[in-house]
Amino acid sequence: MGQTGWFAVRAALTPQRRLMLGIGSFVLPLMLWCAVSYLPFVWHPQVLITQPGDVDYFQVGMRVDKDVFRDESQAMKEAGKALPMGEPANPVYLPAPHEVLKAFYTAFTTPPEQKDAPWLHESLWQSMQVIFWGFVLSSLIGVPLGIVCGTYSAIARLNEPFIEFFRYLPAPAFGALAVAILGIHDGPKIAIIVIGTFFQQVLVISNTTRKLDFALLEAAMTLGTKRWRLISRVVVPGILPDLYRDQRVLLGWAWTYLIVAELIGTSSGITFFITQQARYQHFENVYAAIAMIGIIGLGIDLTLAWLGRRLFPWDRSAGKQ
Amino acid sequence: MNMTTTVSYLDQSDSVRERFDRLKQREVVLEVKGLGKTYESHQGPVTALEDINFKTHRREFVCVIGPSGCGKSTLIRILAGLESYSSGQVLLDGEPVQGPCRDRGMVFQGYTLFPWLTVKKNVMFGLEVNDTGRTEAEAQARQWLELVGLSKFADHYPHQLSGGMKQRVAIARALANQPRILLMDEPFGALDAQTRAKMQNHLLEIWKNIDITILFITHDLDEAIFLADRILVLKAHPGSVQELIEVPVPRPRSAMHLTSPEFQATKARLEALIHPPQAESAHSEDDDVMPQVIRMTDVSDNVE
Repeated sequence: MGQTGWFAVRAALTPQRRLMLGIGSFVLPLMLWCAVSYLPFVWHPQVLITQPGDVDYFQVGMRVDKDVFRDESQAMKEAGKALPMGEPANPVYLPAPHEVLKAFYTAFTTPPEQKDAPWLHESLWQSMQVIFWGFVLSSLIGVPLGIVCGTYSAIARLNEPFIEFFRYLPAPAFGALAVAILGIHDGPKIAIIVIGTFFQQVLVISNTTRKLDFALLEAAMTLGTKRWRLISRVVVPGILPDLYRDQRVLLGWAWTYLIVAELIGTSSGITFFITQQARYQHFENVYAAIAMIGIIGLGIDLTLAWLGRRLFPWDRSAGKQ
Repeated sequence: MNMTTTVSYLDQSDSVRERFDRLKQREVVLEVKGLGKTYESHQGPVTALEDINFKTHRREFVCVIGPSGCGKSTLIRILAGLESYSSGQVLLDGEPVQGPCRDRGMVFQGYTLFPWLTVKKNVMFGLEVNDTGRTEAEAQARQWLELVGLSKFADHYPHQLSGGMKQRVAIARALANQPRILLMDEPFGALDAQTRAKMQNHLLEIWKNIDITILFITHDLDEAIFLADRILVLKAHPGSVQELIEVPVPRPRSAMHLTSPEFQATKARLEALIHPPQAESAHSEDDDVMPQVIRMTDVSDNVE
């Protein structure tokens, strides 16, 4: 009863359908974008001037609103002067897909506008380093603390109320403070990512640790496992696949803090590139750079997911994602 | 009922009596003295166990049976050291026990195998955390797997095994530690009837061949009689010992014995103890709910 078609509740998808739907999830928004960009009757609120006619302030390549263009045409017609000509266009901040696609390549090959500014690949590399160090520093303390909190109620009670409070403080609010303490370079940026990630990390991981079946701990205790070994030989291996999944999600959060972090102190990394390009109205480069963040993030996540399936062969829930 | 008129569960054949005499000559492994547990609930203090006394001799097979809520699970968890108690004493080889330790192995109903370890590594676990070297632990684990007949599955993960196989691994894992006593908390409760019968025979086979004392919790009367030397019958509210029955069924036992007069007499006695006819006080909460089923089909459309 309806458990075989497209809307079968929670049914496993065949590999072909998985692939098809996965591609579709990218193709559908792209098609929408193409429709808006290439079909002149969809949206196109402006007119790109090809012939100024006798309108004194019109220039070739100028974009004006449709209403303005219509009014000016009307005025020229009544005055018996040469009519302006133009074609429907989208605002400059919405480049067409092919322009952005081209920018993926040209953004790397075009030298930066300012002499000593970094090239795009250098900006990207810097961003990834900031993310990496922010996430590693946060994890070095956050993961062990989360596991200990999830294991010992007393330690959890001593830490978690404060952490609950602190995680509501928006990380960017610490920007000025971080700059005052850590200078204007990468220090404060890494600090923002740490602040944004750490507190969530402790809570998420302590929760994951608590979900470990207590019966496994009891079984280990009846086998003579004591204190430290209970953590190292039961808790840690027991939660490892879930811990790994949590870390993947948390890494995604770290990325969302990147842009704000990079605006702090001297603007740097991919954010520097984006703000520079926007300033020169190279919006196709802006979109390309934003898309690159998504592609890098998704790429890392897929790689980690693939790696996880190899690392934890006993984990059955991994295959269901 | 007509069986009980000819044979009483108290009658023992000479060979059975002789066996019990020999059994009682053996040293006491586990002694429970005046054990009680009360805990606080919303309705005030509740007595879960009250004045439990019994002794278990070395290589004895004891089953604990009782109605739901009699605290048999609480009892075994106290013996394992997983729960605290309020009064009395638990002595293992004359020494009071404190917390869980390798000298009391436990097999749980829910298998509790470590999913991240292969079958062999699960069996090695207890040895390794007690500082047995890896090669030695591996050699011993292989022997125990041989004993439970799972050598071929040494490198499988638990999720690849059936319920019966998982419980065999759990038994091997507990035995590998060479505990003084093996505590089993309804270990076959989640298995289907066929697998269950197989596991019972298998467990008896293991018990016969190694130096182990077993305390086995069950709610299945047949299982208790089939396995046990003695059956500790508990009653509920509060949990206390009702009777310690010496099972008159001779060993070695097989499926044949299920219909023997001794077996039937013992079963009748257990049933009388656990489900007393027209019980006034000690009935479970479930009995209070008497559904009133209304006829919702055509009156002439009968199924029986």
